[in-house]
Amino acid sequence: MTDLPLILTVFVACAVEAVEALTIVLAVGLTRQWRSTFQGMAAALVVLAVIVAVLGPTITLLPLTALRLVVGALLAIFGLQWLRKAILRASGYKALHDEASAYLREVAAAKAAPVSSRRGVTDWYAFTLSFKGVLLEGLEVVFIVITFGANQHNIGAAVIGAAAAVVVVTVTGIMVRAPLSRVPENALKFAVGIMLTSFGTFWGAEGAGVSWPGNDAALLVLVPVVTVVSLGYTAWLRRSAREASGSGGPVTAMPPAPATESEEVTGR
Amino acid sequence: MMRALKSFGAFWYDFVIGDDWQVAAIVVVALAVTALLTHVAGVNAWWLLPLCAFAALAWSLYCATARKS
Repeated sequence: MTDLPLILTVFVACAVEAVEALTIVLAVGLTRQWRSTFQGMAAALVVLAVIVAVLGPTITLLPLTALRLVVGALLAIFGLQWLRKAILRASGYKALHDEASAYLREVAAAKAAPVSSRRGVTDWYAFTLSFKGVLLEGLEVVFIVITFGANQHNIGAAVIGAAAAVVVVTVTGIMVRAPLSRVPENALKFAVGIMLTSFGTFWGAEGAGVSWPGNDAALLVLVPVVTVVSLGYTAWLRRSAREASGSGGPVTAMPPAPATESEEVTGR
Repeated sequence: MMRALKSFGAFWYDFVIGDDWQVAAIVVVALAVTALLTHVAGVNAWWLLPLCAFAALAWSLYCATARKS
């Protein structure tokens, strides 16, 4: 397999997470102060880089079969959770993630919090919020970088995809100085979910001992099949939502709502 | 100390398992059965994991939407 699918998958996954991290950083930076916000962001990026630098080479030392089994299982579980959420959002059963309303919530919280300096940081609230936002959104990217990179024995290519996404999102954010609410986040999450599920299923089954018909070329069939099945599920749920709303069931277009506890933790 | 451990565990549970533990359980069981079929019965069961993944997704979506209907 060439490096392009690896770089593209990591790029898209990282872009989604970077957009969400940017919302938090912008809200804190514009409302509080940039110096402490940048310090928090830089500290989180250092922690994420250390995790990749330590775990990346370590995980590649594992036997390939064991690596593929464990990483494949984790990626498949991860991918199915992304797909589940994206399908529920696309079919109207779950509110779409709205960066504009998330930004307003962060701004309101940042305005209400008192200013206190600690450990050489002028605004501890701005530092910790920025640190936590970037770290939590970045952990998922680190997971994808390490698992995809290790399986392909090319962590460098995965890091290039992730770094490119961070640069693109950061430069765009600096230019518009506002949350990137026009980014089609759900469509991107849908695409990432398809890629994670496909690669996870492929590697997991290989790790369990199967030989795929056509070897790596099986992925060229698996990805479209996962896409078609996911789109089919979305159409099925949309139809049942329409039928249910006709008989007093759930509304088809949910208004944006605050993130759930799980979303706050994982960023998914 | 216990609270910190609990939060740490809850974080990783949410991070890896997410909203529906049944999806994770189905994937793990499917992988175990695939390994058994391949290594013990000599069946090249490449089709089993994709089928189980699609079934897990359908079941999870059904459960999530049935609660809201």
